[in-house]
Formats: sequence, structure tokens, C-alpha cells
Amino acid sequence: MNATPFHRLLRLGLAIAALGASPAWAATVDFAKDIQPIFEANCVKCHGPSRSENGLRLDLKTEAVKGGDHGPAFVAGKSAGSLLVQAVSGTHSEIARMPKKADALPPEKIALLRDWIDQGAVWPESAAAAKAGKHWAFQPITHPQPPKVGSRSRKAVRNPIDNFVLARLEHEKLAPSPEVDRTTLIRRLSLDLTGLPPTPAEVDAFVADRSTDAYAKAVERLLRSPHHGEKWARWWLDAARYADSNGFEKDRTRSIWPWRDWVIKAFNEDKPFDQFTREQLAGDLLAKAAPGAGGADMEIATGFLRNSMVNMEGGVEPEKFRVETIIDRVDAVGRTWLGLTIACAQCHNHKFDPISQKEYFQFYDFLNQDVEPKLDVPAKDTQAKRDAIAAAARAIEDKLLGDPDVAAKFVRWIDAAGSRAVDWQPIDPKEWHTTPMKFEKQEDFSLLGGGDVYNSGIIRVWVDLPQTNLTGFRFEALNHGNLPSDGPGLDGNGDFLITEFTVDATPLKELAAPNAGATNFVATTNRVKFVRASADVEAPGLPASAMIDGVTTNGGWGAAFTKGRRNQERRAVFQAEKPFGFEGGSRLLITINSKPGGGLNNSSDKVSSFIPGRFRLSTTAATDPLAADPLSEKQHAVASIPSAQRTTEQKRELLRVFLFQEPSLADAAKAWDEAWKGWPAAENTTLALRSRETRRDTRIFRRGDWQKPTTAVTADVPAVLPAFPADAPRDRLGLARWLVSMDNPLTARVIVNRVWQQYFGTGLVPTPEDFGTRADKPSHPELLDWLASEFMRRGWSMKELHRLIVQSATYRQSSRVAPEALEKDAYNRYLARGPRQRVDAEAVQDIALAASGLLSPKVGGPSVFPPLPDGVMALAYNQIAWNVSEGDDRYRRAMYTFWKRSVPYPAMLMFDTPAAEQSCVRRNRSNTPLQALTTLNEPTFKQAARWLAWRTLSAAPSDSARATWAFRQCVSRTPTIAETAVLLKLLASAREEFAAKPKDASQFAYSDPKNPAPLPPGASLGDLAAWSTVTRAILNLDETITKE
Amino acid sequence: MNLPLELDLERKRFLSRRWFFRECGVGLGSIALASLLGDKASAAAAKPAAARSLPGAADPLAPKKGHFPGKAKSVIYLFMAGAPSQLELFDHKPTLAKYNGQPVPKDVLKGQTYAFIKPDSAIYAPEFKFARQGKSGAWISEALPELAGVADDITIVRSMTTDAFNHAPGQIFMNTGSQQFGRPSMGSWVTYGLGSQSQDLPGYVVMNSAGGLSGGAGNYGSGFLPSSYQGVLFRKGADPVLYLSNPAGMSPSLQRKTLDAVKDLNEQRLGVVGDPEIATRINAFEMAYRMQTSAPELMDISKESKETLEMYGAEPGKASFANNCLLARRLVERGVRFVQLFHEAWDHHSDVKGGVKGQAAITDKACAALVRDLKQRGLLDETLVVWGGEFGRTPQVEASAELGRSLGRDHHPQAFSMWFAGGGVKRGFSLGETDDFGFNVVKDKVHVHDLHATMLHLLGFDHEKLTFRFQGRDFRLTDVHGEVVKPMLV
Repeated sequence: MNATPFHRLLRLGLAIAALGASPAWAATVDFAKDIQPIFEANCVKCHGPSRSENGLRLDLKTEAVKGGDHGPAFVAGKSAGSLLVQAVSGTHSEIARMPKKADALPPEKIALLRDWIDQGAVWPESAAAAKAGKHWAFQPITHPQPPKVGSRSRKAVRNPIDNFVLARLEHEKLAPSPEVDRTTLIRRLSLDLTGLPPTPAEVDAFVADRSTDAYAKAVERLLRSPHHGEKWARWWLDAARYADSNGFEKDRTRSIWPWRDWVIKAFNEDKPFDQFTREQLAGDLLAKAAPGAGGADMEIATGFLRNSMVNMEGGVEPEKFRVETIIDRVDAVGRTWLGLTIACAQCHNHKFDPISQKEYFQFYDFLNQDVEPKLDVPAKDTQAKRDAIAAAARAIEDKLLGDPDVAAKFVRWIDAAGSRAVDWQPIDPKEWHTTPMKFEKQEDFSLLGGGDVYNSGIIRVWVDLPQTNLTGFRFEALNHGNLPSDGPGLDGNGDFLITEFTVDATPLKELAAPNAGATNFVATTNRVKFVRASADVEAPGLPASAMIDGVTTNGGWGAAFTKGRRNQERRAVFQAEKPFGFEGGSRLLITINSKPGGGLNNSSDKVSSFIPGRFRLSTTAATDPLAADPLSEKQHAVASIPSAQRTTEQKRELLRVFLFQEPSLADAAKAWDEAWKGWPAAENTTLALRSRETRRDTRIFRRGDWQKPTTAVTADVPAVLPAFPADAPRDRLGLARWLVSMDNPLTARVIVNRVWQQYFGTGLVPTPEDFGTRADKPSHPELLDWLASEFMRRGWSMKELHRLIVQSATYRQSSRVAPEALEKDAYNRYLARGPRQRVDAEAVQDIALAASGLLSPKVGGPSVFPPLPDGVMALAYNQIAWNVSEGDDRYRRAMYTFWKRSVPYPAMLMFDTPAAEQSCVRRNRSNTPLQALTTLNEPTFKQAARWLAWRTLSAAPSDSARATWAFRQCVSRTPTIAETAVLLKLLASAREEFAAKPKDASQFAYSDPKNPAPLPPGASLGDLAAWSTVTRAILNLDETITKE
Repeated sequence: MNLPLELDLERKRFLSRRWFFRECGVGLGSIALASLLGDKASAAAAKPAAARSLPGAADPLAPKKGHFPGKAKSVIYLFMAGAPSQLELFDHKPTLAKYNGQPVPKDVLKGQTYAFIKPDSAIYAPEFKFARQGKSGAWISEALPELAGVADDITIVRSMTTDAFNHAPGQIFMNTGSQQFGRPSMGSWVTYGLGSQSQDLPGYVVMNSAGGLSGGAGNYGSGFLPSSYQGVLFRKGADPVLYLSNPAGMSPSLQRKTLDAVKDLNEQRLGVVGDPEIATRINAFEMAYRMQTSAPELMDISKESKETLEMYGAEPGKASFANNCLLARRLVERGVRFVQLFHEAWDHHSDVKGGVKGQAAITDKACAALVRDLKQRGLLDETLVVWGGEFGRTPQVEASAELGRSLGRDHHPQAFSMWFAGGGVKRGFSLGETDDFGFNVVKDKVHVHDLHATMLHLLGFDHEKLTFRFQGRDFRLTDVHGEVVKPMLV
């Protein structure tokens, strides 16, 4: 194309513009308004995120500027020389005219491109964000008026959901399906609200109830059922990646089912979803802010975040896997509440959504500030006993605090405490080593243990020190929230037992190159001789002196007593025979031998060791005889508070030390110790989260690599979403409040969409895990908003949401499909019919158990162990004893089945229960031969067939009545004549066969032929075997495991 | 747009429904049995080929074409879990003997950390003698005398490298291309991409012959792919596939009658509600029925010739790595796409000499026999055999009084060895070198992602285009990495 005089003039002017002066007569081209739409309409299909032909992308500034294989697409100020202009003009010798497979751009658009380049190719950073900011899911949730529908449709409307759906159907010229028959309806409703099929009696009652509110009553009955909470808890467990084991190689058992119980209870009580959210993300902070009843439950709620996998493989770097845990939590929160793939911005800016890597780590910072305790979950009685014990101990303390004589001595003792402090210099360890567990250095130079404690017992620490006059060492055992009962040890009670403490010194001068850093090669000839060891507290028979007796294999120092003195920070000091330290500096190897906790089952979560879980080493040059300070650093801080300002709790803290220091209080001390005796162990434990005392530094990891931290960031939310309130705390509670604020455009939409998905198989947004810019638009955007806003307006009530959906005519439609409807809408996205889908894995099993009458109705409690085929556990690296549950627990709802991540329960995995390796908000729904084998032959299903047969024989006198009875247990409806005929034919064949082979009959009909259960009255063994054949067939029907 | 597969399947169901309504010219009312489902007698006979594709049913395992014709049609992956010592088997490092007992030079170490040992632990001289084997002169240690006999049929890669040095993440990385759990395994990707040739066996079969797997079921899971692509575990005994056997007392004839009744009732319901998912389930039950015959038949190696059994060292009725190798051949013969044998027994933190010797005695003969057997049956060219673990082992010694370990080797991610045979891989070829200490790769580095790219290439895939949309992103086995290792290709 030849340049017109105008263009030449333009370019002349732009030469000036490029120099910085903008000519007044040249209209400025606006990138977002003029250029980006050209790119989007004509270029990005091939030069964008999904394809980047010749390496060129025009959807991202950074990529576009870089250009493609032919070089930069444009050079600011030089339109004629820019490939972009040459390509769209068709003037480049090698590049085909662009767009390749479409009409050429009109001249005015090419002119715009030229002008834009010549004006400097300004591409504002905000363009991408601004565009993405317009994405529907980031817009505020509206409360649309339900649309008016035509008079024919109007009759079908039951609630506003139907207005939205019917309006769309009218538009698509589709007719809704009629209401489903009442039998199918009550089965659908029961499965959806409780995950269980209705009993035939419930079906009959509903069908017979002709009152206008019959359906509403059924809905209320099912919402009140304790099984409602179970069904919807399982829905939530998917997103929470709940499992009963840690995952990874060791895959040890964990106890976190109390959290599952909490979820069941929350759904049964209809805990508002905003509160449900706050407690799970920040229950510990809520409990702290408002102490009192319910605090323990709120702490249990934080288990949501603790459901991450934990790598306890020998030799793992604890920090690496701590980081992975946080990444998992960011992912789970992002997916569960925001429906965003935040995790995609971990290594680089999100490719499609406006989330930068910096924003990823800002979000990460919210979740990076915690310790990970295991909470006691005592039974009520036990808690009462504990409360009584604590009260008794407090009564003794109160008495002492109220005694003027004691008080005076106490104050004098406290005042003296500060002066006793020796000048201890904490050691900054150069290297350290344990195996298989590992320690991480903390900010205060203490070392915190993590990873696999199994068999860990020896800690070696190397340090280079310049001093020549060292007189002793101090060992401090410190608390940490990750440790059992806060530690300081890693034994199940948080105790430690140190058998020997040695220090070997080598002159630095002797450690010449090349092995200067080779700490393993330190000669150990210069062992420091200790003459005295003392500790602030010594358990009976476990004195500090045992740490320097040269015996590493037994004995040792322990500080554990009764509960009252357990889990405290403890310290021991070691005095050298004479001052030591080489001229020119010394390399010290400090070895701490502790008692390893061998002998415990390697697969148990109770694996423990008496190794200290967190400790710090210090040295001193003090010349006085060294003695262990009775007060910890923290207690010193309390002691330095003026006595008038000390709180009662602070006074108690010091009193509990003083009590054992003051000879005149020996009796009281003994009584106090006695009071703690009989402290009952908690029946159960669960995993929870607690905030750290100090904030952890969060840094952006280059390319997501935890070993490459770069810029520091602090907690914030992505800029494309509503701002984090300025006055809100930048912690998990603040985050939780932000997530469930009425302004958040995502949470309510995401949740109602997932609930919708549970009912209809597909969400209004078919990708519940991704509401980002790549997601399909909702099929019914107004309906999504209406539901989301109603959900919030109705106080985030889940049950209200359920009511809304199941009361709609849309939900109550028949799922039978007419060919025309199928032609027009294969995926049922317009909702011209009801849902028909295979039920979830759990319901597959629960239906068999319920239909047969085997199902235990027990709600909650620890996971159970239904039969597992031989050899399945052998696949686990770390095998556990799978002791099949006895009694009722053998036939519990499938959601209670023990979930071992490395060996997921096969009968459920096959039906698509997620493996719990990461948060899952959309299950696959497969249909495979292995599923057929499961329902045909898995022990629980076999037993269900037998038991159903037994009951069938007793239920009705005639075979055809029995066939109907059994059929109804499974699919609720009565069989057709043809269907009954098929069943009776099978019955006849089976009778004939078993009559000829009584041994087969016995083996098939009895789960334990050696101890046969009594036969139903009047029935023969052949009857039972033949009927078991028939019931097995019914239990295997597609319809039995399908919600119609 | 690359639709999520389930929607894709949905689409296929839809299309087959269209076919059903249009081509068969039947309305819902007449869907019932007549024209569509054929006469019941023939259905009951369950002719495999016909029964596979009941109209209206979706079959995720139907054979599919790759991006281009691949040399390999199937894969047998001998996964040597625990990580065998390359220094005792393939990577000949005489220098280590010279420096035995001394620390590794610091400039070689470069800040490496290990799972159990300190990096400055002493160098440990390899325990086995090496010799050049076959016409190709490949270095193989005396621990693998049988493999030496097929040296001219395999490619040895001594320049493997990985990112992970703990077992679970290492295995998961090797099998799924990610250290994080939840991604589909290689076998799942391949069956997703190619389907299966087998009518009556799963497309992806897994067997195990030693300890439990550090990476657990995630090693052969389907991740976010539909579970139809999950690896199916075959075991010894009466139930080679879980829940395969009929209940005690249920005769085959009554089982068939039961299935006929189930089928009849399902067909009736299909006629009423018109949901092709029912047709898929009918097919699933029929395949399950066929599997009840085909799986035990497969597992029964007693009819193999004496020579064959001896060549592998296989014994009918026993469970062993050797039996599994023979079964692997039988599986690919029957059209199974991906066979993975796990043998987790190589984690020699202590006594690496005894450990390697012991495991070589268990595996060497069968591995070599597999290559020979496939070759003599003309299957080697279209079957890719892969042998290797999740990482390598250290040139340094592992010793620890508290853990009772001595003369062992710790985990080493930087360099390890694998071998390949058939399926378009060169014969009698060696690739890659490590430094004198066997510490780092110095030539022709092959990263795990490159391995995956190469395997997919051999099967006919551009690894960048075999994708699955999940969470708004097109995932692939090779993440955003991977280059085909061309030098090892025929």
C-alpha cells in the first residue's frame, strides 16, 4: 500500500511525537479503546493463549513486545518498519498477509495500528487488568428481577428460579418437561437431601399425601434428618480433601474425623455459610477473641486447612513440605471459595486471569502465619474431670496468692530473679544433622524439628566460635505449637529425655582447605570435660548429671512430671572443668543424644521420640559456678513487669515456679503436684491451626522455587477483586470475613453453583473450579446472580438454598428426554428436563445398605473399616492393619470409610470418590466394567444381596409380591409386568440350579456357611439362595444407582 | 477449544443418540429391544467385537489415533522403585575407587543436600566390576549378566536427571510429570490418547512384585482424567482383578443368567427413559463378564512352553517379578496399551552390594527374557520397554549408627541411568555421560520431562498437544517442558 500524502504528513508529525512533543492535531490512539479490540477480533485466536503461532502472542504486553520468531512485532515510533503493519498490509516478503484465513483489515484499522505504533505504541499495564476486570465473575452480584414469562409458562412457575429457566426455554423455543411422577420425585429428593433412598413406606406416605403442602413437608422432614448433614458434609469433604492419613510415602494415620463431625453438625444445624467459613478459616482467632463456650469447636473447625497432605518420608526437608502445604491451602481456599485457579500464579503471573505472582504470594501470606497443633478432643466427662483438676490446682494457687506472708516472699523472690541471669550467648548453628528427621533454624537461633521422627535420636550441631574462655553451655528445650502438646519434646506427651550431652572442639587452624567445610571430618579428640550439669527441673530418677556420665544408651535427664509441670520450657547448663577455646577459634561439635522412640508401629500417627522438638544452645564465659535458671526467658519477661501490673495469670505462672523454689512451701508444692495426678488422657485428637506469635516473612519465590525467595510481600487480596478493608486484620480472620462479605463477587456465586451442580449434575457455570476469564459463561447468568444474592439475603442459610432449589418446578421436572429436546440441548444446559445421573460413590454403597436393611444409622465418629480385599494393603509402602469393623460399624455409610491416601478404598475410588490429594470441586462420573464387578462381587454388596433376600422372603407370601417388594426397596417404584417376569424367570432358573446343588446354595446364601444364620420362617435354603440371586440382580440395575 | 474429556464423551453420547434417532429411524416409543439390541441369544453369547459398541454407549477406551503414526503401540514400563544404584549397574566410574573414603570435592557438591547423609560424606567405590558388552560395547556391570546378553538390543541412558530426591515425590514426578499428587499418570495419558486395542481387558494394567509403593496409588492414578484411564491392578490368585470372581456358589451359568436379567431390565429402562448412559452401563457389564474369563486366562501361564517359562524364570501359580514380565508380554499381545510393573526393592541405604546383588538375581533374567521374547515374537518393534527408578544413588557412602546403616548409598537426583528397548528406540546404543564422580551429568542430559516427551513421541504424540483442560488450563504430561531425545530414536 502506498503511503498517501496524509500518511506521510502523519508520519512526519509522529517523528516529532517520538521525540516527546505531541502534536496537537494528531488524535491520540487509545490502546484499550482502539487497538486491543482489533487484536482480539483478528489476531489472538492464533496469536494468543491457546495457540501462539510463530511464537507470537498479542494478548499480553510482555509477550507482544518480545515478538515472535520473526522478531518484535512492532517498534515504537516506526510503523513502516514494524512487522505488525507489514503483516496486516501484506507487504512482508515472507509473512503471509494477516489475518491469514480472513478478510484483510479495513484501511482505517490499519491506519489506527500505524498511528498507535508511531505515537509510541503505548500499551498501558492497566489494559489487561481493566479488560479482565470487566469479566462477568468479577462484577458485583446483582439481584435481578425474575423475568416475566408467557402465560403458558406462567402456570409452570413454582418459584423465581423457574422464571429464569422458563424465560430461557421460551427464548430457545423449548418446552419444559412435565413434573416427574411422585415416586421418582421423592426418591430424587431423598437422594439429594440425605444421600439415601426413601423407604417404600416413605414413598407410600408421600404418594398418598394429597395435601397441597405434601412436598414441602417432605422437604422439611428430609432437611431435619441427621443424614442430611452427612450427605452435604461429603460434598464439602471433596473440596476439603479430607482423608484419614497423611499421604506421601509414610502415609501415616491421622486423626481429624472430629473436624468431619463438625462439618456434619454444621450442615445439620444450618450454620450460616459465612459463619461456617469464618470458623473453618479462623476458628482459633474467633475463639481467642471471644473466649467461652464453643471455642473448642471453633478450633476444631480449622481442620479444613489441616487436611493438606504431609510428607513424613525419612530425610525430607521440613521447610520444603511446609511450603507445599501452604501452596495446597492457597489452592484449596482459592478453589473452594473463589472458584479461581490462583495456584496458576505460583510460578509466574497467571496466564489468563488478572492475578500476578506477587498477588499469589500476598494471598499466600494470609495462610503462612501458623503453627500446626494436634488438639485434644476429650469426651465431656473427661473434660469435666480435667476442669476439676485444674480448678483444684488453682484453688491452691489462690490460697497462696492470698496469703500475705507468701505474697511478701514471692515478691522478694521475683525481684531477685532478674539478677540471677547469667550472660548467655545463643549459638548460631553453622550446620546440624539428624536422621531421619531434620531441624530448621528459627529466627531466635533455636532449631525446630520436623519430618519423620521415627528412630530419630541423635542431634549433631556444628559451630565455629572465636572465644578462648568459654566456661559452659546452656541447653534450652523450647515450646512450639507444632509439637505434641506444645512440646518441648517429641514424645506423644511432648516430653523429652536426653541421655548424653557432649562437646568436641577442634582448632579452626587445623581445618585447612580443602575440607574446611567438611564437618563430618572433624577430629573428635578434644572432648570438653564437664564437671557439673544442672537443670531447672529434674524428674525423679532422671537427673541432669546423667547427661555427662558418659553413658549414651540409657539414663538421662527428663523434666516430665504431672500435667501441671509438663510442656514447660526447660533448661540445663553444663559447666566445663576449665575455660576452653583455641586461639584462632574453635569448631565445636555438640552432640545431643536422646532416647529414640522405637518400638512403635511405624504406620501410626503415634510414632514418637524423646528427642527435643525445639531447642537452643548458648555459651557463656561467666566464671561463677553455673546453675540452671529457674525461670525461662518468657518468665523473666513476666518477672520484669512491675508487680502491680501483673495479671493474676502472670502471677500464677511465676508462682508455679516459686512454689518449688521456696522450701517453706514444700507441702503446698506437694499438694499442688498431687492435684494434677489423675489427669485423664483425651479420648480423641484432631488437627487444627493456630496463629504464630510472630509474623513469618513471606517472599515471592522465583519461578515458584522455595529455595529462591525474592521480594517480601504482605497479606493482600488480588486487585481485581474488592479491596481488603483497611481496618481489617491481615490475618485468616480478616481473609475469611473478606471472602464472605456481601461485596465479594465470587464466594456466593461459587457456592450456589456447586450446590446447583450437586442437584443437576452440571453447574450453571460448568467449571465450578474456574470462574476465571477462560470459564464458559453461565448458562443462566441472571439466575446465578439471583440465587447468589438470595443466598446472602437469606443469611447464607444452606437449607434455605436447598429449599429454593428443590421447590422449583425446574427441579421437579421429569428427566425423561424427548428426541427433539436432546437434539437441541444434549447437555441439558437449558434445563428443559430434570437431572438423571449415576449417584456418587458413597450413595452407590449406601443405597445397597439401605435397601437391604443393613445400614447403620449412626452419625459421626471415627472412620470405619469395611472389608478390604486381600492384597490391596500390600500396595501401600506403609501398611496398616485393616481390622474389619465389627457389628454396626461394618455397615456404616460409605462416607465413614477409612480413607488411606496411598491405598484409597477401591470400591469407592472406582466410582470416582476423589483421592483427596488435592481439593476437588467437581467429580468425574465414570461408567466402567470395574464398577460392574464391584456391585456384583464386592463383599458388602454380596451381603446386601443376601440380607435383602432374607427380608424379601419374610416380607410377602408370593413370589411376585416378593419381587415387587425387593424391587421397591432398591428403586422405589413398582416393577412393570415385563420386569416382574424377568425377575421371576431368573428366580425359577436359580431355584432349579440350587435345588440340584445344595452346597452351592449354602455357599452363596450364607456369608459364613459354617455358621449359617437361621432361615426366614417357612423358607428353604434353596429359596434364600435363589432370592439372593434375584436381589443381586436388582441391586445391580442401572436404575438402582441412578437418581432419575 | 479442547473440551474437558467428559464433555467430549457427553458429546459422543449425544452424537450416537442422534445416530440412533436418525439412522435407526426409531422414536423413543420403539426404542425398546427389537432393532437396536438385536436378538437376545446373540447378545448373551457376547461376541466381543460386537458387544463392544452398543449404539448409544460411550466407550472411552475405543482405539484412537495419535497425532502421527507412532512406532510403539504399547509400553511395558519396568518401574524399579526405590531407585537402583546406577553406580553398581550402568555408570562405570573408576575414579570413585581411587578416591574411596575421601570427601567429594566442594566444587562438585555445589550446595547439594540429601535425604539422610551429609553431602560431605566419603566417596564410596562401586562394588561391582564393569565390562563392555555386546558388539555395541556398552558398559554394564557384572551384576547384570543376563542383560549383558541383550546389550545390542537396548539403549542405555546414563544421563537421566530429576528434580526430586524423596521417594514419594520422585515416583510421582517420574510417573505424572509433577511432584504434586493429583496429576494423571503416564499410562493414563497414553490410554486417554490412544484408547486400547483390547476388547476384554483394561487398557492400562499395573502389577507389583515387591514392597508397597512410596508414591502409592497416585503412581498409576488418572488424576483429573476420567477414572476409565486409571491403572488397573492385576494380582495373583483367584481374583486377578479386584472383585472379579463370582460369589462362592454362583455357577457360571447362573451368573450369565443373572447378567442377562440385569441386561434385559436395563434395556427396558433404556427404552423408557432414553438415557444412553444406560447403554454404556450395559456394555460395561458385558465387558466385566468377558473380563471374568479373559483375566484368569491371561494370568494362567501354565500353558506357556517350558522354554519360555525357563527363559523368564517364571513359575505358574507363583507371584514374582519374572511372572509379571511374562504376563506383561501376554498383556501387550492381547492389545493392552500400557503395562507397568512396579518392583519397589532398590532403596539400598545400607549394604548396597548385597542389595543390588539380591535384586539383580530376582530381576535380571526376566528383564532380558522379556526383551528376547518380544523380539522373537516380532513384538519388540511395536512395544516400548522402559526400565528405571525414580532417581539415582549417591557416589558417597551412607552410614549411620543410629539407623543401623553402613556401606549404603543415599538418594541422588542429579544423575542416574535407565534403559529402553524396542518401540522405535535404537539398538545397542548408549547416551549421555556423567562426570568422573558420577555426580552430575556432563553430556546429553535427559530430564524426566524429556523422557516423557520422548515416550509420547514414540507413541505418536506431540507432547505439547496431548492436553486436557482442567481448572481453566490445558494440562499436559510434560507441564511446560520436555524435548524429544532424538539421538536415541531409530
